[in-house]
Amino acid sequence: LTLPRAAADTPAHEQGNERRPRQQPSPAAPPPRHGRPAGRPGRPPKPEDEHDYAPWEKRVDAILRLLADSKRRLISTDELRRGIEELGPGAYDEMSYYERWIASITNNLVEKGVITVDELGRRMAQVAAAWPAGAEAPARPVAERKP
Amino acid sequence: VSARFTVGATVRVRAAFPPGHLRTPFFVRGKTGRVTQVLGPYRNPEELAYGRSGEPALPLYRVVFETAGLWDDYRGAARDTTVVDIYENWLEPAEETV
Repeated sequence: LTLPRAAADTPAHEQGNERRPRQQPSPAAPPPRHGRPAGRPGRPPKPEDEHDYAPWEKRVDAILRLLADSKRRLISTDELRRGIEELGPGAYDEMSYYERWIASITNNLVEKGVITVDELGRRMAQVAAAWPAGAEAPARPVAERKP
Repeated sequence: VSARFTVGATVRVRAAFPPGHLRTPFFVRGKTGRVTQVLGPYRNPEELAYGRSGEPALPLYRVVFETAGLWDDYRGAARDTTVVDIYENWLEPAEETV
């Protein structure tokens, strides 16, 4: 995990603490848990760069980098981590890596008043309407499409 | 920021359990180890986590522990060690028992 450079004062020893997400485990494999290596026992770890990130995951990564950059400084690495911890003990089993990121980012931005719950709710409804579950993803983000 | 401990110092991690965002793992709290490196000042993550400045920066230490002393049921080699980076506010001077 390469943390945003705006959080560059993060000690080098902490970078890479949290592993990048791996491919979905096969049904036989136990679900990855916090603090436990995701690889199966007795097998060499998979290369970290093997995973193909979904477009939304890349977007979450980009959102965090932009929020944390030296121009904005709207969130720090420690705030991201604190927000993930506050999701509760189930979050590590029930949510994926970038789901935890976006949940923490969202809560941090609401706390700081960067976004409001009201505008988030309206926007989510808009996106859900424009992009029904199971539908083909639009070629361009909803906001950029012509009406 | 002047560091309170030097390389080779025996230190005990405070056995404190406050709520909040901490970078001190539970398994070393209350345990005794030895400083192997003074890593330099870093802004306090316990403050940064709540949107504050994290100033003043705290010295961060690399501390080595005997792993068998961390977990009662540890079955690995007796010479195994565990290295944890710990901020100065969590460390107290300790008697030479390691």
